[in-house]
Amino acid sequence: MSAITEEVVDSASIAAASTKRKSLWALAVRNTAVIFGGSILLIMLVIAILAPFLGTVDPTRIDPAARNKPPGTEITFRLDDGQTAKRVVLMGTDSLGRDVYSRVLYGTRVSLVIGVAVALASIAIGLVIGLVSGYVRWADGIIMRIMDGLMAIPGILLAIALVSIWRAGLITVIFAIVVPDVPRVVRLVRSVVLTVREEPYVEGAISVGTPTWTLMFRHILPNTVAPLIVQGTFIAAAAIIAEAILSFLGIGIPPEIPSWGNIMAEGRTLFRVFPHNIFFPGIFLALTVLAINIMGDGLRDTLDPKMSKKV
Amino acid sequence: MTDLKRPVLEVRNLSVTLPAGADRVNAVEKVSFTVNPGEIVCLVGESGSGKSVIAFTIMGLLAKALKPSSGEILLEGENILAANESRLRELRCTRMSMIFQEPMTALNPVMTCGLQIDEVLATHTQLDAAQRKAKIIAILERVKLPEPERIYASYPHQLSGGQRQRIMIAMALVLDPVLLIADEPTTALDVTTQAEILKLIAELQEGQGTGVLFITHDFGVVAEIAHRVAVLRWGELVEMGPTEKILSRPEHGYTKMLISSVPSIHPVHRGVRKDGPTVLRTEKLGKTYSASAFFQKTRVVKAAVDVDLDIRKGETLGIVGESGSGKSTVARCIARLIDPTGGKIFLGDTEIATMPAGKLRPHRRRVQIVFQDPYRSMNPRITVGDSIIEGPMNFGLKRDEALARARKLMETVRLDPNSLDRYPHQFSGGQRHRICIARALAMEPELLIADEAVSALDVSVQKQVLELLDEIRVRLNLAVLFITHDLRVAAQICDYVAVMSKGHVVEYGSAEQVFGAPKDDYTKALFAAAPGRNWEFGKFAAA
Amino acid sequence: MLDFIARRLIAIIPVLTVVAVFVFLMLRLTPGDPAAVIAGDNATSDQIADIRTKLGLDEPIWTQFVIWIGNILQGNFGESFFFKKTVAELIAQRVEPTLALAVCTLVIAVTVAVPMGILAAYRHGSLIDRFVMAFSVLGFSVPVFVIGYCLIYVFAIELGWLPVQGYVRIGVNFWGFLERMVLPSVTLAVIFVALIARMTRASVLEVLNEDYIRTARAKGLSNRVVLMRHALRNAAVPILTVIGLGIAGLIGGAVVTESVYGLPGLGRLTVEAVLSRDFPTIQTVILLFSVVYVVINLLIDISYTLFDPRIRY
Repeated sequence: MSAITEEVVDSASIAAASTKRKSLWALAVRNTAVIFGGSILLIMLVIAILAPFLGTVDPTRIDPAARNKPPGTEITFRLDDGQTAKRVVLMGTDSLGRDVYSRVLYGTRVSLVIGVAVALASIAIGLVIGLVSGYVRWADGIIMRIMDGLMAIPGILLAIALVSIWRAGLITVIFAIVVPDVPRVVRLVRSVVLTVREEPYVEGAISVGTPTWTLMFRHILPNTVAPLIVQGTFIAAAAIIAEAILSFLGIGIPPEIPSWGNIMAEGRTLFRVFPHNIFFPGIFLALTVLAINIMGDGLRDTLDPKMSKKV
Repeated sequence: MTDLKRPVLEVRNLSVTLPAGADRVNAVEKVSFTVNPGEIVCLVGESGSGKSVIAFTIMGLLAKALKPSSGEILLEGENILAANESRLRELRCTRMSMIFQEPMTALNPVMTCGLQIDEVLATHTQLDAAQRKAKIIAILERVKLPEPERIYASYPHQLSGGQRQRIMIAMALVLDPVLLIADEPTTALDVTTQAEILKLIAELQEGQGTGVLFITHDFGVVAEIAHRVAVLRWGELVEMGPTEKILSRPEHGYTKMLISSVPSIHPVHRGVRKDGPTVLRTEKLGKTYSASAFFQKTRVVKAAVDVDLDIRKGETLGIVGESGSGKSTVARCIARLIDPTGGKIFLGDTEIATMPAGKLRPHRRRVQIVFQDPYRSMNPRITVGDSIIEGPMNFGLKRDEALARARKLMETVRLDPNSLDRYPHQFSGGQRHRICIARALAMEPELLIADEAVSALDVSVQKQVLELLDEIRVRLNLAVLFITHDLRVAAQICDYVAVMSKGHVVEYGSAEQVFGAPKDDYTKALFAAAPGRNWEFGKFAAA
Repeated sequence: MLDFIARRLIAIIPVLTVVAVFVFLMLRLTPGDPAAVIAGDNATSDQIADIRTKLGLDEPIWTQFVIWIGNILQGNFGESFFFKKTVAELIAQRVEPTLALAVCTLVIAVTVAVPMGILAAYRHGSLIDRFVMAFSVLGFSVPVFVIGYCLIYVFAIELGWLPVQGYVRIGVNFWGFLERMVLPSVTLAVIFVALIARMTRASVLEVLNEDYIRTARAKGLSNRVVLMRHALRNAAVPILTVIGLGIAGLIGGAVVTESVYGLPGLGRLTVEAVLSRDFPTIQTVILLFSVVYVVINLLIDISYTLFDPRIRY
């Protein structure tokens, strides 16, 4: 009699539970925010890859004759073989006569590379340090003091300080943006490790004699994946903005490289007359970051609902 | 006469709809019952029976996802199911009040207790500040809180769980409502505190003639407090009647099953002690926690002091105690999940208390532990089969050998061996417990520790797991250390019992001896507080 | 209470030490001779030698650190060879616009964001809620300087209501000061509003799910009283925390905003110093901002005790 009662409850709860858990990733992929953000991002990715084939010219090509043309102007320019050709500059030209449309499209490459590289690097470094901190008692104190210290320096300022030490370049800018992000990842990983360690199933694994490494990789590490993916999207978004800020201030990647920040930095002086040099890259920048942030929100809501209660 | 007889609460044909996609359509289905003035009616049921939903529907505090779909709720003749929000607000705390399960979280942590009661008076009465204060002090005295003035100015975190529940009761009863709804008000409390709170509720309600709707899952509490009982299952009212009748002459099969699942408080006779070898012996085992910080006195908590225990092969030793007694600390020290700070633990002839982690690993196999919360005891990301074979494979067993062993063990714990490739979330709480037991047994341990292992289960499932544990103990001639706060459970499963209080073992002996003739004052108080101790459940009179 | 403050004060010592070590090592990590770097590009070899002895660069690194930190503790931050002034003077000159910008921004942000967040939580799932959430995602995504130029374009260039750039000291002409503060503060406030509104919403939503809110409703209190009296105070601590942490973003944003609006503040000074590789100034500014950030968060920590009686560490 009693066994029958439990059976009935079981079949119902099994059905309910299995739809709930297995489809977590499927759910994330079906989330509207994820689809929406992801689609915009995909378009940006296509633009970045296909930049040379989208009617662009060499984004670094200087043309004194075509300086400061407003969007939509038709200009005549000289080809390498000496012939001339006409083309309409969709987004105008800058004060050196470079085609802003081409620069903005190529700028997508720089921003996406920076976003992905910073996210991957800070997660990789943060994960290792965070695991050590969560697992090795004596190291924890020292590591966390250093991380607290690093976090006490406002992020952009720390990045500015770092680029002022090193010679400006893509790699140094990426690294300068990574350093302030690392402590945040470390804290996240450490807190997951410390929480999961207390779970009865980890204690259960300890009592069946599971060696420390297996314990970490099999029972603890998988719990960090979802929060790290979520955190990674936000880091990527913030990194793209950080690069734009550094370049805009003139201390980021070298000015000839077409990054959105550089285009805007170049457009600052003549902003009152030719605002297009700031608006076009600005729109691309905002759109890309928005897409990543929307996707991040969607991922967080589905993959890591506990975290969505916090910020 | 007629007026006196009118029920304070009449629930007629109440149905509450669950959101789409739930495991059933209605949380509550066509439930009707009444509560008369001065009467305590218990709503009893296992988890998911819909008993709390009824309580919240009456108060109008139902979560938005749940919708009452039919029926009437009459409070002194007024249909409050049809009342608007502002009318409901007027009625709350004046005509009907509610107290909740978790006294720790039910009070606002940033307001003093006095002010929280004051709010009720300020909202519903015209009294001035001084009159309100006087009334609050009076009600604090009525709920027997010491130093009402101090309590008035205290924040909730400065009070104990029992005191907080008294504050809740004071708040609920300060305006003498006709109906008090108590939703498992003692479930989160220790047994001695529970006895006091139950006594208090009964006294106050009798004095004022308040009707009480008391929600509980515990038949001990029912026997203690109820005038009438309503038994619920899956949202339907199965049976209702006077307490004595329901407990001794239930008519419905479900009620019978439920009541006979309640373990008896009288220990079963286990016969003479077997002459098996000693599996575990502790000598002056101790665990002290100390926390120190700058500018602060070092705080020392003695969680376990000089604990001497021993268990022989084939025996079950129970450690019984209230929360904070140190019973789980002892268990976790023995399993070496935490390091003891004093004393010795002999596993057979091996001393493991001070053994370094590296040397300890081979001995881990010999002690296995089953935890309280079946939902968190297994890694949700790996199949139950992988969970079970993890241990044996750590000790060198080949995968297919380990799997063969796992299949056998699934049969032992009466689960389908073919479900080894499923994930934990596909099993119910009771089934997960069996899997945890299988995982522990896969190690072929000498000692099995069950740390509050059946406390989270409904009584019918609990009975099955207890029977399974006992059967396994007999079959494998296993030594079992059983940690519980539940005296009834201890009485049924233990050969020997150690009663712990504040880190010390205050009484230690055979179950019959400890339960039959307790010597220590604390033990006596503990037994005296056990709800329904005078009732032998499941001994039904012939119908 | 006092020993709580004392303990918090002691706790910031290691943090500031790490900051100091980092700032000190900055120079040593630069390729080349630190003395030459400090002296700048036009320095004579005599000047370089002078700096070398002044900083004790021939001493072991440990001694150098002690000398350096000793100087800083005495208020001697070194000299800027680029601006031909002591760094202390330089900072004193530049502190006003930054302080004014930060204060205006904070005031605007908190007065706008907190009610926004509360409203969004209270009307959870409504149009207002979605608007607040959309605004906050947008606020996070548009960089400060893009917002700045958009505002300049609309309000200063097209409408001509406000001056485009520049700064007037508060003591010189208050209206002129205010006029020129509006756009920069609003610009910088956008991201801050996004951050605080989001946190306020999340925090109030979480509190509204607590058991004691249910108790308050069971007492027959109105929704407004439940929200204002029971929910808000409990939600305050996370909101304060995020405001404190947001100060870091505020400082970073100030650097950019000052550049956009031509405010002669510390942020502009930082950029100028980096462009001219003026290390004593960079080091001091970073140190200063970090100390301010840490101290503000310390004050916020202490203020928790006003909101939550349980926090007494």
